[in-house]
Amino acid sequence: MQPASSSKLQGLDDLLRRALAGDEKAYRTFLIDAATIVRRFAAQRMPRHSAGFDVEDLVQEILLAVHAKRHTWRPGEPVGPWLYAIARYKAIDAYRRRGKRIEIDIAGMGDVFEDPSAMPTAIAQDVDRAVASLGGRQRAVVSALSVEGKSISQTAKDLDMSEGAVRVAFHRGLSAIARKFGRD
Amino acid sequence: MQTDELIADLSGKFARRKSQAGLPLWLAAAIAPVVAFAVFMPLLGPRPDFLASFGSIRFDMKFVEAGLLAVAALGLLAALARPARPWRNRLPLLLVPALVLLAAVAVELAVMPEATWPIRAIGQNARTCLIAIPTIGAPVLLLLLYALSHQAPTRPTLTGAVAGLAAAGVSAVFYAAHCPDDSPLFVAVWYPLATMILVAAGALAGSRLLRW
Repeated sequence: MQPASSSKLQGLDDLLRRALAGDEKAYRTFLIDAATIVRRFAAQRMPRHSAGFDVEDLVQEILLAVHAKRHTWRPGEPVGPWLYAIARYKAIDAYRRRGKRIEIDIAGMGDVFEDPSAMPTAIAQDVDRAVASLGGRQRAVVSALSVEGKSISQTAKDLDMSEGAVRVAFHRGLSAIARKFGRD
Repeated sequence: MQTDELIADLSGKFARRKSQAGLPLWLAAAIAPVVAFAVFMPLLGPRPDFLASFGSIRFDMKFVEAGLLAVAALGLLAALARPARPWRNRLPLLLVPALVLLAAVAVELAVMPEATWPIRAIGQNARTCLIAIPTIGAPVLLLLLYALSHQAPTRPTLTGAVAGLAAAGVSAVFYAAHCPDDSPLFVAVWYPLATMILVAAGALAGSRLLRW
């Protein structure tokens, strides 16, 4: 906790108290202030050279948790320790999940393929097989661009790659699929 | 999504919906004995001389020990349930039932001839004890876990384990009314073993169900 922010933390008590009483504007201000505090916390806490990790992702996860668990703060208690306890919990959680992130994305794709309403089945199966024949990054990139229809810049952000690297992986992935599934 | 968009989204949602407080923990704690009673009565029921046994110190002590465990564990649970609540200073609460039980054991050892100790400790109902306490405690544990899932425990596994301890305490209060073995030696051997089953189940369930 930064000593300079203690007055800000006191302001937070008041903001959250008013927010829980139904003041939407106070709640928005509370979240903005909380985001600032939490962002500094996240930037200090997280290892710098961790691939696939984004401080802003963690900030958002913490804000979502604060929102979902706002009833666990009681008026009269200081918001600071409560906010830090949530931030710390979500940071540990994110740290544990880090590295599994990309696998989780692909596992989520399986549901899309298995849901018959999501796509005409023959095509879905073909896409599934084609994408599944790729490995690692190429698979993630081709899934994101071709199947989920994400933009290159969004994909680059999601996978923590440069846009150039995304383009290269995409082209290599498509060439690999073309080689494997004919069109010869 | 950008963080400011998220904030706009959350504060917009806020106007429309109240936070999901769910089942308050104190209410779950109040319902817990009712649930345990509802399982206990058709399954086992009190022993035939239940009413006549009151006033016999060994019989009464079983309720005191189990009740103290339930209250101490629930007190600790209330602190574990919410972020940034100091809970370590409540850990000594758990010593209270343990010390009372140890004192009862010491008195029993002092007043009873050594030759009767093994019979008193092994009793006649050990297997029922090991099965009944977890069985009566399981729905209590589920109830507590359900209430806790609406809270925000930052130590999910520990919180689940303490919920198991509380469930065992509530369960043992009822089981004590059925069990014919009243010696503190029996209680000190078998009740904690049965309790450990619920603690382990609570820890395992907590590490999965209480994440948020």
